[in-house]
Amino acid sequence: MASKRIITALGRNALAQGTLRSKTRPGKCSNCQQRWNSVSQKQGSDRVQFPGAVNSRFSTTLRFERATEEDAMPTYRILDQEGQVVDKEAAAPDISDEEALKLYKDMVTISIMDIIMFDAQRQGRVSFYMVSAGEEGIAVGSASSLNHKDPVFAQYREHGVFQYRGFTLDDFMNQLFATKHDTGLARNMPVHYGSRKLNVHAISSPLATQIPHASGAAYAMKMQNQQNPTEEPRVVACYFGEGAASEGDFHAALNIAATRACPVLFICRNNGYAISTPTLEQYRGDGIASRGVGYGIDTIRVDGNDILAVREVTRRARELALQDGGRPVLIEAMSYRVSHHSTSDDSFAYRAKVDVEDWKRRDNPITRLRKWMEGKGIWNEDKEKELRADTRKAILNAYRKAEKEKHPPLSAMMTDVYAEPTDEQREQMAQLRKIVEKYPNEYDVSSFDGGVDGLDLDKR
Amino acid sequence: MSKHLSSGARAAARISQRSPLALRRRYASHPPKARLNIPTDYGTTPLLHHTSKSALANQELSQEARNGTTDRKNLFQAINDALSHALRNDPKVLLFGEDVAFGGVFRCSMNLASEFGEDRVFNTPLSEQGLVGFAIGAAVEGMRPVAEVQFADYVFPAFDQIVNEAAKIRYRAGSNEGMDCGGLTIRMPSGGVGHGALYHSQSPESLFTHVPGLRVVVPRSPTQAKGLLLAAIASPDPVIFLEPKILYRAAVEHVPAEAYTLPLSKAEVLKKGNDVTVISYGTPLYKCQAALAAAEKDLKCEVELIDLRTIYPWDKDTIMESVNKTGRVIIVHESMVNAGVGAEVAAAIQEKCFLRLEAPVQRVAGWSTHSGLAYEAFNFPDVTRIYDTIKNVLDY
Repeated sequence: MASKRIITALGRNALAQGTLRSKTRPGKCSNCQQRWNSVSQKQGSDRVQFPGAVNSRFSTTLRFERATEEDAMPTYRILDQEGQVVDKEAAAPDISDEEALKLYKDMVTISIMDIIMFDAQRQGRVSFYMVSAGEEGIAVGSASSLNHKDPVFAQYREHGVFQYRGFTLDDFMNQLFATKHDTGLARNMPVHYGSRKLNVHAISSPLATQIPHASGAAYAMKMQNQQNPTEEPRVVACYFGEGAASEGDFHAALNIAATRACPVLFICRNNGYAISTPTLEQYRGDGIASRGVGYGIDTIRVDGNDILAVREVTRRARELALQDGGRPVLIEAMSYRVSHHSTSDDSFAYRAKVDVEDWKRRDNPITRLRKWMEGKGIWNEDKEKELRADTRKAILNAYRKAEKEKHPPLSAMMTDVYAEPTDEQREQMAQLRKIVEKYPNEYDVSSFDGGVDGLDLDKR
Repeated sequence: MSKHLSSGARAAARISQRSPLALRRRYASHPPKARLNIPTDYGTTPLLHHTSKSALANQELSQEARNGTTDRKNLFQAINDALSHALRNDPKVLLFGEDVAFGGVFRCSMNLASEFGEDRVFNTPLSEQGLVGFAIGAAVEGMRPVAEVQFADYVFPAFDQIVNEAAKIRYRAGSNEGMDCGGLTIRMPSGGVGHGALYHSQSPESLFTHVPGLRVVVPRSPTQAKGLLLAAIASPDPVIFLEPKILYRAAVEHVPAEAYTLPLSKAEVLKKGNDVTVISYGTPLYKCQAALAAAEKDLKCEVELIDLRTIYPWDKDTIMESVNKTGRVIIVHESMVNAGVGAEVAAAIQEKCFLRLEAPVQRVAGWSTHSGLAYEAFNFPDVTRIYDTIKNVLDY
């Protein structure tokens, strides 16, 4: 029923475009749908031709359309929970051993870093942390199907995207400890990573604001793809949770991406909870996926614990997004947030520990891929032990190094608000310096690079 | 005042009895005996360039513009001209918003979609948070989007995108260069229009001046609009560009034909004077001009008139220099007095010119209420209130 709905929706769009294409006036943009040009009602027609719905059939049955649980859009998977390929007839997963190992190592690295940094926060070493436990497969799997140059907009639980693209352990630690090597210049809370080099935009805390950014960036990609046809075309990837999808920005972003035909992949991590709020209190429709169809966006639901399925879905979605000059695609990746929301949250206040333990044990993206690799004979217990020991060591080394580093110079507090500091800012920094020098015991400047001299805006 | 109103109504009734075709628009009328509160005569105001020569004499123009010609344009035509120059000179410039493609509800984007193509000038769905967020996304990937919000009154759905995103992106990106949205310009018609009531009259500029990272600009005339808009589009910082909608058709002047920019964060002294400084921006400047002309005649004083132009970051030097000379200062704006632009300017003057002040700093601004339909003439600063304030500071 759900898939039928998609087909109907797609058919409706195709029909609408077909009807319109034939009516497009010369010199007009063929990508721009001009529904208001629809023809007036024909005598005896069995279809409505109002401009707002150009191909709706008349009906004398008074029936309200209703979403029911039986209609749920199917969830695509390749592997089952035992790491076995479900469809024995299908071609083997299209991935080299080397790449599979990279995906696995990236997921393991993130999961070990999560444990270490969660504890570090508990010990007061960093102010805040958010783990991505249970969702490593969505981030790493989807990232592996993107081009390195595809801009990414993330929410905050996509450490795997950074890891896959080449964010180093030092990069992570410098951001978490707000050191002078943090490219975010110690301005953002921990886990708000960003990297020009890796084409991942800096994360911000307000939820869903990045979704319309992704639509606009994808429109920029579309224009730039047209202007530079010799370069490999790019798409934009945008991540968000199912809670963020309740924000108005989600609606605004999907709608504008559809109307402007933007090559963007909207990747929703549906992990069952937005802090304490279960999905039943978040929405009553068929998840997030059902909404994509309503916006005229090609949509798919995938098993987020099956990294190979996420990878394959993203690869195909990327191809689709580049067709016909560009179009948005919505991917809803299902998973379970096995961790607390953040270090400021105790999730056992609103859900049973036994459920969480059950999810952890029964199914997670890391063990599923591990079982598949073991089945192929490219992984075993010894390699596992070695990987875990080495990774832990490397993370702790980066941790200790970052912990000793100074913060950036204090001028970083004021720069980059504008392209150039304003006169007002210069004056204020001079005032601040005077105060700090007048009351040296009231301020600790020693942990900042350059100490009190860092308060000079012109030194940079 | 009620006497004036009822006699005005009687006059209107008389006119309508005489000739039904010459019906007076009551909402645009003024009291028949008024000397101060009469409509601005844009055809004679010294704030507009009535000759090509005066338009080209502007020292802030580029040499090229000064050697060029002028066209008589109203404010929407000057905006259209600026947008056209921007689209022609930089392929990264995009122009979009609600109803922009057919020319815009105020005609600012007329003919631009047909000239530059529907890929660069287009309509968006009706969603301010969506179109501003979209613009930010295009800007962080290197474009120079000019987003239009149909009325400044409707910018609030996009407030989160502007305050938490547009203003903070460069800062949070840190040393990740090029990940800012400095290419962004957000245009919006603002201010009173005589009958705009609650949602077609607002001047929300002070809400944006409280946000580090944004530049807030309000032009007073077609020439200013063109130069400041081109400067806003070229600016490496996101700019909120408020266009006084009452001037779209009313203010007509000679505008240099070449593309040119006028400096941001630079106030302009429109008239020199030694006794009082009057500071304003946008539409009320015309009221200030009328008030100071009457005051100078009646009170034998010299008033200095300054257009702030950029509301934030604003030009403190020009203001302080003037106040240090005059010792008396009045700030005028349409939006509510409390926490308006005048509050910031007054506080800064008090800090910097304390010993030079000979009268309390005065603010003539909208009262602490909403813009009710029938009450606009009583709510926004008018010539009488400005005149009276000039009188009061001189008498203090």
